[in-house]
Amino acid sequence: MKLRPPTGRRLTNLAVSIWAGGSALLGILILFWILYVVLARGLGALNLAFFTQMPTPPGISGGGLANAIVGTLGLTAVATLIAVPMGLMAGVYLAEFSDDSKAGDFSRFSANVLMGMPSIIVGIFAYTLVVVPLGHFSGYAGALALAILMLPVITRTTEDMLRLVPNTLRESALALGAPRWKVTLVIVFRAAKSGLITGILLAVARVSGETAPLLFTALNSPYWFSSLGEPIPNLTVTIYNYAMSPYPDWQQKAWGASLLITSGVLIMTILARFFLRERKA
Amino acid sequence: MTDLSLSTPIMPAYHDTASPPPKISVRNLNFFYGPQQALFRNNLDIAPQRVTAIIGPSGCGKSTHIRVYNRIFELYPDYRAEGEVLLDGQNILDPAQDLMELRRRLGMVFQRPIPFPLSIYDNVSFGLQQHYRLSKSETADWVEEALRGAALWDEVKDSLHRPGTSLSGGQQQRLCIGRAIVVKPEVLLMDEPCSAIDPVATAKVEELILELKSKYTIAIVTHNMQQAARISDYTAFFYRGQILDFGATGDIFNKYSLLEDIPRKEHLDSLLNFDQPLGPSLS
Repeated sequence: MKLRPPTGRRLTNLAVSIWAGGSALLGILILFWILYVVLARGLGALNLAFFTQMPTPPGISGGGLANAIVGTLGLTAVATLIAVPMGLMAGVYLAEFSDDSKAGDFSRFSANVLMGMPSIIVGIFAYTLVVVPLGHFSGYAGALALAILMLPVITRTTEDMLRLVPNTLRESALALGAPRWKVTLVIVFRAAKSGLITGILLAVARVSGETAPLLFTALNSPYWFSSLGEPIPNLTVTIYNYAMSPYPDWQQKAWGASLLITSGVLIMTILARFFLRERKA
Repeated sequence: MTDLSLSTPIMPAYHDTASPPPKISVRNLNFFYGPQQALFRNNLDIAPQRVTAIIGPSGCGKSTHIRVYNRIFELYPDYRAEGEVLLDGQNILDPAQDLMELRRRLGMVFQRPIPFPLSIYDNVSFGLQQHYRLSKSETADWVEEALRGAALWDEVKDSLHRPGTSLSGGQQQRLCIGRAIVVKPEVLLMDEPCSAIDPVATAKVEELILELKSKYTIAIVTHNMQQAARISDYTAFFYRGQILDFGATGDIFNKYSLLEDIPRKEHLDSLLNFDQPLGPSLS
């Protein structure tokens, strides 16, 4: 019997370690590269006027993107208002009431598919559903598209978080003669609170940077908006338009808007992690 | 075995000339965890305002048995019970039985104290709002009464709005007893209520059980033979999902020398497969 020499094994080990470590490093590197460039180019665009003034016509420098900032916040808020109650309750159905039935499995599978749906398709869906019948672009269509994108994220995280709540808690509440809906909404929700907030934050972070679903729905506008029934100015489509324009001032504003959205998403992701950690503690 | 082993026979703690009708009568109860049967033809009478201990080795169906009484097992879709459980003569396994009212009448205390993620006060008032229409001050009175009943009031009266989880394990278990008795149940089902708390807290809970006995019918599952001997009037001896024997606690403990020795498996096996005994209060 002859032992295998360790040289080959060591080399393989080294190669796999470098491959794995290198891949991880590359991923992190790309993230920080993007963050660095956005920060370096965008920081110069951010000043008081950027947040408080209206866009200027091309060629005239100055002004800001106040309308688009408010528009993006508004669209995201309306989408959240639509998606959160539905998503939470869909998650409740999957975790508490579906009893692992065929209907439950099918709903879960559908949510997974919807989660992977390209956002532009969702945009076209909202276009057909709202823009075509109304005959014009509107905030309603944009918020609907964003809500559809949020829905599966909230549904699945809600289900996962509710499933983490031990059944002994449900038993002790049911044993007092409380109905199932009350046990879920008062006791189980409270036990899973931080997890549910995490899910909502992640869903908001996911859609607040979306451009494609807004292109066919909320479109964009250089003006203030007075209702959701009209095109809504928003940051992402503004980035898309301004970045492609030949005007250096507009390009600079696109960088500023990119920085704003990136940091918003980053902060929400960090907040979500914070809530999740609090849950474990 | 321990200092509790006695040379003289233990006398039954409860003598009555005429037996009152049983609070709960179990008739031919079979229970299934999916395809697996866990209880076989159980027959048992639980006497009113007495403590009935349910003893037996691990995995013999003790908890399974009392978890049928309030139908809490129905949380799990493939669990199933067959037979009859009569509460004051009414079969609670009847699908028409109102579950919420049933569970108000039969409170349950679990093995691990699990406070709701609410304040101490809200832990107790949670069940109250469910079943009674009370004013704020009435609610406060009921909560106080329940916490006094659970021998916890003096320890928490100044911290009612702190979270229930901030209490110690033994206090949490008394909180769980308090929130079970606040809805004025008739029966308390206790599923090893002392197995997760320390000896001092256990002594307090046992003392409490003896006090509660005057108001409630109590069925307690326990692993602890000394505990069963100390607090119960009747004992049901479970083995492999069957009720091997049932009778006054003193009789059962003498018959199987439960405080002196762990009964031999072969001996117990040889006793199985007889007709299930009926309680003395019925015969």
